[in-house]
Amino acid sequence: MPHAGPQPVQDWTPELIQQAVDAHKDMPGAMLPILHAIQDRFGYIPEAAVPIIAESLRHTRAEVHGIISFYHHFRTQPSGSHVVQVCRAEACQAVGARQLEAHVKERLGVDYHHTSRDNEFTLEPVYCLGNCACGPSIRVDDDIHGRMDADKFDRLVDNLTTTAVEVK
Amino acid sequence: MTVTVYVPCDTTALALGANAVADALQQAAKAKGVDINLVRNGSRGLFWLEPLVEVETSEGRVAYGPVEASDVSGLVEAGLFEGKAEHPLAHGLTDEIPYLKKQQRLTFSRIGVTDPLSIEDYRAHHGFAGLENALNMDGQAIVDAVKDSGLRGRGGAAFPTGIKWQTVHDEPEGQKYIVCNADEGDSGTFADRLVMECDPYMLIEGMTIAGLAVGASQGYVYLRSEYPVAHRIFNEALDRAYRAGYLGRNIRGSGKHFDLEVRLGAGAYICGEETSLLDSLEGKRGMVRAKPPLPAIKGLFGRPTVVNNVLSLAAVPNILDQGAQAYADYGMGKSRGTLPMQLAGNVKRGGLVELAFGITLRELMDDFGGGTLSGRSLKAVQVGGPLGAYLPESQWDTPIDYEAFAEFGGVVGHGGVVMFDDTVDMGEQARFAMEFCSVESCGKCTPCRIGAVRGVEVIDRIRAGENADANLTLLTDLCETMVDGSLCAMGGMTPFPVQSVMKHFPNDLTRQKA
Ligand SMILES: Cc1cc2nc3c(=O)[nH]c(=O)nc-3n(C[C@H](O)[C@H](O)[C@H](O)COP(=O)(O)O)c2cc1C
Ligand code: SF4
Ligand code: FES
Ligand code: FES
Repeated sequence: MPHAGPQPVQDWTPELIQQAVDAHKDMPGAMLPILHAIQDRFGYIPEAAVPIIAESLRHTRAEVHGIISFYHHFRTQPSGSHVVQVCRAEACQAVGARQLEAHVKERLGVDYHHTSRDNEFTLEPVYCLGNCACGPSIRVDDDIHGRMDADKFDRLVDNLTTTAVEVK
Repeated sequence: MTVTVYVPCDTTALALGANAVADALQQAAKAKGVDINLVRNGSRGLFWLEPLVEVETSEGRVAYGPVEASDVSGLVEAGLFEGKAEHPLAHGLTDEIPYLKKQQRLTFSRIGVTDPLSIEDYRAHHGFAGLENALNMDGQAIVDAVKDSGLRGRGGAAFPTGIKWQTVHDEPEGQKYIVCNADEGDSGTFADRLVMECDPYMLIEGMTIAGLAVGASQGYVYLRSEYPVAHRIFNEALDRAYRAGYLGRNIRGSGKHFDLEVRLGAGAYICGEETSLLDSLEGKRGMVRAKPPLPAIKGLFGRPTVVNNVLSLAAVPNILDQGAQAYADYGMGKSRGTLPMQLAGNVKRGGLVELAFGITLRELMDDFGGGTLSGRSLKAVQVGGPLGAYLPESQWDTPIDYEAFAEFGGVVGHGGVVMFDDTVDMGEQARFAMEFCSVESCGKCTPCRIGAVRGVEVIDRIRAGENADANLTLLTDLCETMVDGSLCAMGGMTPFPVQSVMKHFPNDLTRQKA
């Protein structure tokens, strides 16, 4: 199994958003599947999606906004090339997650919910990744990494940034 | 001769480099001219040994671990492909590793043994035997079997599963639902994840049996978005189960109907609470609903709904296969059967330990866990997730049993055991409990929504030495208000870890930060 890289995100257009909505809107409880589909495809949920979703599901725009903002997973701004999530929960705290968190913030030069200046990394907190026997845990895009420490994190960042340069 | 080699594919093995190990093994085999059949099995749940490579021999499977990609050439030189045990990472026969041998694995009998996606493997290890029996029983007989097993919900509240099923069964015919709670939000827990990644057909089978029992033809698994590997593997298993006729309109030619779908959550701890989960499945904000009505009567889309944790549903195939009594024979008091416990945090040998109820916390942490990872002394243990109390040493001799824990205000919950060594600052842990509640509250009630924010502030003042006594009194009152005035256990139990710190580790709370 190859490592899952960052999701190749597409630029959105109203037509593409409508397409994503139409593909799911007849499911019972279609809202979350639609929001996931949009974020998976475009990397975030653009403001322009709100009226389209509202119209298609017969909700008010305010309701759609309320739902998007309730869930930590949904993002309304584009992310950097990679999303880094650091586990802040207890089992990881017990093996040094607080120190790791401080290091990650310093290394990327950002606080939670922000994107590094080179647009490479968006940093987010997460509360448990189910890797609690081998923490501290982080998630980079769809890959989870265990027994993380400052050195390993620096190497990971170096690898990710060099690959990104090579691709260009 | 072809050598069968196993490299696990669950989240933890992958997080520790299992894919690179698999690649290195393929290359080494090629270089040596050895023909290998590389199987990506599930994890055995012995996480301190992951990635745990196994090799099939005439005596059984032998284990090597924890293996890093850079260890592979040395291991191969030392005879890994011949199953030799002449390397420091060799552990001999897997089944003889005491951590595994001493367990009583009823639910987790297959994990790590099989290829999670192979239906043939599943069937060869009792898979679908419970379903075959259930297909020949009427709904009431299935409900009775689950009642007789004594199974209680493994998601936290420990409510008898058979009684919940009876309520849904007794509702008039019509659209009913089986909803599996796979939100597994508690830190220190990963058993639901292991089911979905390492033995997914067991959950499919358990949910189908539940559907047959109560007359529901539609099931949903509500899976947290933090589990991408589980999502991928479980969806693939669903596909294959449909193609093999284990799901759909005519299950294995029986004329019985059950459809199953996975829905992803979106990073909200409160959506593990069953009514919030239902709102989320319906496409709303995950707000907690007042009960009654019970979900069993008015649940998803207002219809009768069974909401069960993954482990509750995963216990069912074994009960229907081996009989209710065989399950009920394990356990103590009113806690029947086995509990999959999860050793996490600062632990030397972390992993999954399935045992009959009744082992003491200390035995679990010493005999299985082997003490702390750091080698320092153990200071506190949090059992039952972020809403569970921190237990000091005086409580470690309590047997793992719902009632025994309830006696001192503890919870067994979903079976997570998070260990902390003596470097932990318990004041910081108390603060985090409040902070977590402030981040994750659904916002419906004031004591929870505002109380948690105030809780953080008050603890910060205590820790800064500002009017410590007055602020401690304030914190005591605040905790009581949250316990008494919250609609659900998020606000109602967040004070438990805080109160346990005030009671058992008071110096940590008032000790000023350096
Ligand atoms: C804040 C909160 C979070 C919860 N999280 C979960 C969870 O992640 N998984 C779960 O199965 N139950 C969770 N529960 C318990 C559920 O509300 C419910 O009791 C359970 O899903 C019922 O299934 P069971 O009877 O099989 O345990 C949570 C409860 C609360 C109050
Ligand atoms: S206690 Fe908190 S999480 Fe529970 S219903 Fe009230 S506000 Fe929501
Ligand atoms: S607490 Fe960090 S992975 Fe579970
Ligand atoms: S609902 Fe208002 S205080 Fe709980």
